[in-house]
Amino acid sequence: MIKIIFFAALREQLGCGDYQLSATEASTVAEVKAKLVALNPQWQSTFENQSLLSAVNHDMVSGEHKVKAGDEVAFFPPVTGG
Amino acid sequence: MAKVISIQEQDYNLADEVALLEQDNDCDGAVVTFTGRVRNKNEGLKVSGLYLEHYPGMTEKSLEKIIAIANQRWSLGRVRVIHRIGQLAIGEQIVFVGVTSMHRKDAFAAAEFIMDYLKVQAPFWKKELTEQGEKWLDAKTSDNNKAKQWQSSE
Repeated sequence: MIKIIFFAALREQLGCGDYQLSATEASTVAEVKAKLVALNPQWQSTFENQSLLSAVNHDMVSGEHKVKAGDEVAFFPPVTGG
Repeated sequence: MAKVISIQEQDYNLADEVALLEQDNDCDGAVVTFTGRVRNKNEGLKVSGLYLEHYPGMTEKSLEKIIAIANQRWSLGRVRVIHRIGQLAIGEQIVFVGVTSMHRKDAFAAAEFIMDYLKVQAPFWKKELTEQGEKWLDAKTSDNNKAKQWQSSE
């Protein structure tokens, strides 16, 4: 399984904090995003937001980054700490 | 270089943090600290408080990386970063960055660098409580530009 988590405004817009996909359903971060939208068409406009960031296993990555079983994939808005 | 990172709900005491940076540390002549606090206004609106969310695990990893880069770039003694999470009222302390080094130049530069990168890389998100309700803050282009400046400057 691939564990997927959402943070902050994204989590509130989706009305969902986490999700799971089988590792056979996506091989990159971009494919994870596409699969989530395919399974939840109401999420499409939210995931089309270009500024969304992604991380795999706590490292910021781009869409081409490979994912495998056991990975933790996170999607979130640009950060605003400090 | 010795570093300590804390992500916590509770407040910190500035004097205690400075004392820890200085204790048994006679080789460092410079101590630079930065404290970020909750302002009462943002973009013209009265703010009554903030809520801070983070990504446990990634936050610590991200700060470790930022400090490691700073340590490669400057000669540092001790680095301390505290970032608070949860509900914060006006005037409360949000973030602390403390850096020691032999001389002030490295301590000033590293403290600023760590804050600039924390702003754009560490996974924290602020929700503002204003007179018009709650609102997640948008990232600022100026913060991104400020962090980018370090890529070209010494």
